[in-house]
Amino acid sequence: MAAHLSYGRVNLNVLREAVRRELREFLDKCAGSKAIVWDEYLTGPFGLIAQYSLLKEHEVEKMFTLKGNRLPAADVKNIIFFVRPRLELMDIIAENVLSEDRRGPTRDFHILFVPRRSLLCEQRLKDLGVLGSFIHREEYSLDLIPFDGDLLSMESEGAFKECYLEGDQTSLYHAAKGLMTLQALYGTIPQIFGKGECARQVANMMIRMKREFTGSQNSIFPVFDNLLLLDRNVDLLTPLATQLTYEGLIDEIYGIQNSYVKLPPEKFAPKKQGDGGKDLPTEAKKLQLNSAEELYAEIRDKNFNAVGSVLSKKAKIISAAFEERHNAKTVGEIKQFVSQLPHMQAARGSLANHTSIAELIKDVTTSEDFFDKLTVEQEFMSGIDTDKTYGYEHILTLHNLEKAGLLKPQTGGRNNYPTIRKTLRLWMDDVNEQNPTDISYVYSGYAPLSVRLAQLLSRPGWRSIEEVLRILPGPHFEERQPLPTGLQKKRQPGENRVTLIFFLGGVTFAEIAALRFLSQLEDGGTEYVIATTKLMNGTSWIEALMEKPF
Amino acid sequence: MNRTKGDEEEYWNSSKFKAFTFDDEDDELSQLKESKRAVNSLRDFVDDDDDDDLERVSWSGEAVGSISWSIRETAGNSGSTHEGREQLKSRNSFSSYAQLPKPTSTYSLSSFFRGRTRPGSFQSLSDALSDTPAKSYAPELGRPKGEYRVSYSIHWCDTFHMLLCQVCSLERFRSLQDKLQLLEEAVSMHDGNVITAVLIFLKRTLSKDILFRELEVRQVALRHLIHFLKEIGDQKLLLDLFRFLDRTEELALSHYREHLNIQDPDKRKEFLKTCVGLPFSAEDSAHIQDHYTLLERQIIIEANDRHLESAGQTEIFRKHPRKASILNMPLVTTLFYSCFYHYTEAEGTFSSPVNLKKTFKIPDKQYVLTALAARAKLRAWNDVDALFTTKNWLGYTKKRAPIGFHRVVEILHKNNAPVQILQEYVNLVEDVDTKLNLATKFKCHDVVIDTYRDLKDRQQLLAYRSKVDKGSAEEEKIDALLSSSQIRWKN
Repeated sequence: MAAHLSYGRVNLNVLREAVRRELREFLDKCAGSKAIVWDEYLTGPFGLIAQYSLLKEHEVEKMFTLKGNRLPAADVKNIIFFVRPRLELMDIIAENVLSEDRRGPTRDFHILFVPRRSLLCEQRLKDLGVLGSFIHREEYSLDLIPFDGDLLSMESEGAFKECYLEGDQTSLYHAAKGLMTLQALYGTIPQIFGKGECARQVANMMIRMKREFTGSQNSIFPVFDNLLLLDRNVDLLTPLATQLTYEGLIDEIYGIQNSYVKLPPEKFAPKKQGDGGKDLPTEAKKLQLNSAEELYAEIRDKNFNAVGSVLSKKAKIISAAFEERHNAKTVGEIKQFVSQLPHMQAARGSLANHTSIAELIKDVTTSEDFFDKLTVEQEFMSGIDTDKTYGYEHILTLHNLEKAGLLKPQTGGRNNYPTIRKTLRLWMDDVNEQNPTDISYVYSGYAPLSVRLAQLLSRPGWRSIEEVLRILPGPHFEERQPLPTGLQKKRQPGENRVTLIFFLGGVTFAEIAALRFLSQLEDGGTEYVIATTKLMNGTSWIEALMEKPF
Repeated sequence: MNRTKGDEEEYWNSSKFKAFTFDDEDDELSQLKESKRAVNSLRDFVDDDDDDDLERVSWSGEAVGSISWSIRETAGNSGSTHEGREQLKSRNSFSSYAQLPKPTSTYSLSSFFRGRTRPGSFQSLSDALSDTPAKSYAPELGRPKGEYRVSYSIHWCDTFHMLLCQVCSLERFRSLQDKLQLLEEAVSMHDGNVITAVLIFLKRTLSKDILFRELEVRQVALRHLIHFLKEIGDQKLLLDLFRFLDRTEELALSHYREHLNIQDPDKRKEFLKTCVGLPFSAEDSAHIQDHYTLLERQIIIEANDRHLESAGQTEIFRKHPRKASILNMPLVTTLFYSCFYHYTEAEGTFSSPVNLKKTFKIPDKQYVLTALAARAKLRAWNDVDALFTTKNWLGYTKKRAPIGFHRVVEILHKNNAPVQILQEYVNLVEDVDTKLNLATKFKCHDVVIDTYRDLKDRQQLLAYRSKVDKGSAEEEKIDALLSSSQIRWKN
């Protein structure tokens, strides 16, 4: 069902199955028929863990979205609220519970907090006089959700703001808990590297949690060789650049949510003979994007300028395959052709979709606005001054950006960017977009700082860039977690290391693409599994930092 | 494995997709067209009907059986159509994977605090809890150990967390000493949930002064309290706190932030007035003053224009009805609005562009860009002309554009200016290459031809001849030049 999660070097299906089991256990606690009332935000992440069938097996008969007023009618014994611990949601829940019809059959209420219970929320429920109505109040620690064979995310939208603006480190605590879960399933990670204040905190929490762990030794053979913890505020620049990979551009333009994208439907209208023009769909076309789809896995991380040629090659291969039917003469040959048809048709469907998406993106990337924006960005990256103006309505937002380190008044102090750019080779003039030789292809020139740090850590090591590391914010460090001799790994010659790289505060698809590029290098020596608090892009990131009415 | 272009052409030319040419300069776009057409033509000979079977995706793309799909389905009637196959599938995939480690422990409550490095430091908490009914945890925690391949015992943070959530009254912590120690333990766990829980308790049981005083030396806890107060909207206590901490700028900003919640424009204006003079940073002070002035202006302009519009006597409002109110719009939008509706007004009126420029010290570049966009949109070419015309003291006129004439041309083109107008400004572009590029792009033939003539570039002129229409005036002009004996061509 989620085969693509086991394609990578580390089988992330293990994690998925573990969290599915936990979900089943909770559902079984509430005996009898059930209805689930969903915090809508959670349906996306949960969709990556379980389908309705799993819930159905455990007597979930109805599902609703959490809304004010009265709950819809449902003839079930249990009503379970699946919610994030947020105060405003507690108010809605209380409204639901209080408007429950007392003449009807009595129903049992439960709450499942994801990923943590919160005293604050329970206090609110208590104040509203409904806390006692709930039989089970539990938490479901869905910290790290597997998105793809090499990708995990906490999908915690507020993590960056909380950590870097409010000074609330709860999401770091969750990250550390998530890492402990991973280690329980995949073995203790022998080496931890990190850069940044938050990275330091997470490492400290992990070490402390391990120390306080009083059970038996973890006896699982370690799958990961290294953990690299990176603060987003070590590299605030990269997310602001427009991603130029295929997946990155889809995200920049349409926004990918929990591996789904919603696209304007016009280009996807079914073109059947005879019914041209009528019944054009008006609802957005929703597509799932992950490496389960062969074609997508091949093109997602390419620079967009290299996507067209792949699509056209695929088109030829597929047409050639369909042409084969003329050559199929014998019954055996015909049979063989027919047996391949489903695969061919799936490939055709996939090609049709991505050709349409590529056309949509092309419309944007060839526009003057896009070009202008890119020019300004590249001028910024290479240090040319550009004027910008903002309205007064942004004063508070600008303050937030300044506090988070995104804006700095230029007060005569030394500007370190040129040094960093030069030492880390962040700007590459000769980029090969078709057959890349360097990670800078993901931004057509700019090499993401964060990924460059990971690359240099693996070879030749951070000692070579001590000076730059000191300029970048926060400490850099290394910790070892000793393993019993039986679990120590003897690497075969030529065997790659596996590094888990955790972006605290978010990561973009272009950075992920750059890491995948490094994983695939023949002599790279390191394969990466990527974890983050949130998959994001420049727009969603800044939006999260904007000040809106209470 | 790289196929050469030759291969490709051979393929396309030999196949039924002959219609393609590769003349298109935009190679990639043509590639997209190729695959699009290939895909479309495939539909002709492949039966489309079994699509659904293959993808099992509803039109909206939602996988059938996904959670959000099911919410819609089950919220309606009984949605029991799809589960059969799904059920089977999920059962199959459910293998004997390792389980998620669960808190499991057979320890008594007090022993959760084992392993603390400072013995006794937690005495008060464990004492306090020693009479809590330990049994209440038993059903959750008392799982047989053997059930877990990875046994991962609960650590004390979890317990602490649980105690706070479930049982706890923290009322046993009476002395300030105990309370502060409790807070420090919470902070050292980094779990905001726990820290906030303790803060709520302290907020309830300590006097404001003591709470503030103690938090002043505990920055992490202090940040959490500030975050918490913002979250629950306790503005009063938040302001008290900033006042106590002498964080005047934060105090000012926090006060200013409240304007976001005031919808009524007059009330908002009055509120902004109370912000002017608060201890912001020097830069911000000016901005806040401007913000107030701008809203004050907008209210006047809005009232006036709404009246004009509804009276229906003013041409500009009849021809171009306003799409939205100007209230709370950014300064640049306001300037655009005023250049659009009030361009000719004297400087003395609040709504005149020049007045706005002066009052808010709008830089020349910004002003010209905005005015140009507004006047071009109205196709008021004379105003555009005047915008770039300067007179010197002798009365000679000169064209000057602070933003560069290439930008002027782009903006005019975006507003569909006729070729004659475009041509005039393309000619003013100083850099010859830029001029040629723009002229070619926007088909200002005369400019292109004249420029090549001036450059004495016969070859380019000859090449350009193929780009103009046959028998057109432009072609004639080129021919005349090419046959002219007056010009000494460089090639």
